[in-house]
Amino acid sequence: MAEQEQRRPTRGEKESAEPVDVGPAQSVSRGSERLKGELDDLLDEIDEVLESNAEEFVKSYIQKGGE
Amino acid sequence: MPVPKLLGLETEYGIVHRGVEDPNPVSASSLLINAYLSNRHTPGMGPSSPRIGWDFVDESPQNDARGFGHLGSMVPEVETHLVNAVLTNGARYYVDHAHPELSTPECADALAAVCHDRAAELILIESMTAANAVLPDGEELVIYKNNSDGKGNSYGCHENYLMDRKTPFAKIVQHATTHFVTRQLFTGSGKVGCEAPWVPEGSVPFQITQRADFFEEEVGLETTLKRPIINTRDEPHADPLLYRRLHVIVGDANLCEVATFLKLGTTAIVLAMVEEEFLDPAFGIADPVRALQQVSWDTCLKQQLALVDGRTASAVDVQWELLEQAEKYILQRGTGLIGGPVAELVIRRWEAVLASLESRPTDLVGVVDWISKKYLLDGLMERHGLEPGDVRLAALDLQYHDLRPDRSLFRRVGAEVLIAEEEAITAMEQPPIDTRAYFRGRCLQKWPESIVAANWDSMVFDLGGETLRRVPMMEPTRGTDEHVGTLLDECETVADLLHRLSS
Repeated sequence: MAEQEQRRPTRGEKESAEPVDVGPAQSVSRGSERLKGELDDLLDEIDEVLESNAEEFVKSYIQKGGE
Repeated sequence: MPVPKLLGLETEYGIVHRGVEDPNPVSASSLLINAYLSNRHTPGMGPSSPRIGWDFVDESPQNDARGFGHLGSMVPEVETHLVNAVLTNGARYYVDHAHPELSTPECADALAAVCHDRAAELILIESMTAANAVLPDGEELVIYKNNSDGKGNSYGCHENYLMDRKTPFAKIVQHATTHFVTRQLFTGSGKVGCEAPWVPEGSVPFQITQRADFFEEEVGLETTLKRPIINTRDEPHADPLLYRRLHVIVGDANLCEVATFLKLGTTAIVLAMVEEEFLDPAFGIADPVRALQQVSWDTCLKQQLALVDGRTASAVDVQWELLEQAEKYILQRGTGLIGGPVAELVIRRWEAVLASLESRPTDLVGVVDWISKKYLLDGLMERHGLEPGDVRLAALDLQYHDLRPDRSLFRRVGAEVLIAEEEAITAMEQPPIDTRAYFRGRCLQKWPESIVAANWDSMVFDLGGETLRRVPMMEPTRGTDEHVGTLLDECETVADLLHRLSS
C-alpha cells in the first residue's frame, strides 16, 4: 500500500468546504469530481451487461438462508 | 491482558444453477467445490492434494460464551457428510447449509485478511469456471458475494477475532455493539429495499447494509433465527483457558477492499481496547437493535441515536469518538498486538473515510460498497427516468455482487486496490507466514499423502503404522514461518517431523 503524508482533520475542520486529502492517491477526487463522460461510459457498460430480463432475474434469485 | 488480534473471515456465497428446472443448491455447491479441487489436483499445478477432509472432533458450536447451556436455543448444525476440504493456503472450503463457504486461514493483521479474502474470491471464480466446463450446454453456476436474496433469506459473512479468555463477556458486548451499530457506515454493502417484515413496502427504497433487517436480539447463540448483534458461540479453536474467539455475524460481505480492511482493522483495535479496559464504561447505545436499523436505513447519515448516558449522537459522531480513543490507545500502548504498522494504516483510513462521509460521501465511490452501489443506482435512475421500486434497480443491486468478471458491476466501478493481483493469486495456495495456518498449509503442501484430516487446532497424520498421530495446535500464534519454517524445510518425511516435534 502506498504511504502518503496526510493532514489530520480535526472536528472543527470537518465543517469546511475544503475536501480533506485522503489516503492513497487512487482514491483522491472521485465521485462529484468525476467527469460526466466517465459516468456516461460506465452507464453505457451497465446498460450492456445488466441482465436483459430484469424481472425474471430478480424473481428467480432465491437463496436458502445460511449460517 | 490483551492478546494478539489474530483474525479471519468466513463467507457464504449466493449460488444460482441456471438452465435446470429444479435447482438444488446443496448439490450445486458440492459440484462447485469438487470442480475446484479436481482442477487444482491436476499434475503440474504444484504439490497440493486438497482432498483432505475436515476433522470435526473438536467442534462444539453449541457452547455459549455466557457460560450456560443451550436450552431453547437453536443449536447450529454441523453437517459432516458434505464436501469439506482444507486447502494448502490453510483455508477451509466447504458446503454449509445450501451455500459454498470459504473460511480464510488465521491472519495476523487486517491487510493479510484482505489478501486472503481476495484469494477466496479468485478460488470461487476458478471454481465457477471449472464447474461450468463440465456442466451440460445451457447450464451454468453463478456465484454472488452478497448476503441477501431480497426476499427475506440471508446468509452470512462472519468475522473471527482472537480474544483474551479473562475479558468479561459483558464488556465485550457493550463496546463491540457500539462499534457494530455504527461501523455500518463503511461496512455496508448497500441494498435496494427492506426485508424487515413489519416495514411497509417502499418506505425504505435503499439502505446502507444487506444484513441489518435480519437482526432481532442484542445477544444470543443463534445465527439463523432471531439473529443477535453479538453472537455467543464459544468455540475458541485454541486453548480454552487462554483464549476466546469472538464470532461476529453482523457484518456484510464486502467487495471494496478498503471496506473489508476497515471492517476488520477497526474492530480488532476496538476489541483490544475492550481487553485493556480503555473505553468509558458509560459509553454505549441505548437500544442497539433499533439503532442498527436506524443507521442502516438513513443514507443521509443524520439519524440521532439514543446513548445510554441520555445524550444523542449520530453514527458518525460515535465513530469519531471511537477513533479518538483508538488514537490515544495506540499512543499509550503501541500497535504490537493489533497488527503493527497495519494498525497505523487502519487509523489513517478510518479517519479519512469518516471525514469524507461528513464532507462528500461520493468521494468514497470505489472505497465503500453502499456508496459505490448508490452511485450506480442513482446514475441508472437518472439516465432512464426510473422510479424507486423499478425492477431494474433490484437487478443492478444483485448484479453488483456477481463474481463473474465479465458480468460483475462492482468490477466496473474502478475500486481502489490494496492487494496486487499476483499477491492474491499466490495466496490461493500459500498460507500466511505469521500464524499457525503456516504449519497447516506447509504440511498439506509437503506431505498430503500422510495427512488424514486437519482442522483449526490440530492435524492428524498417518505414518503407516497401526495408530494415527494427532498434532495439537492450540496456540494460534505458534507454527509460524519463524517458529517452524526451518524445521519444515529440513524434514524429509512426516516421521522426521513428528520425531523432531516431540523431541
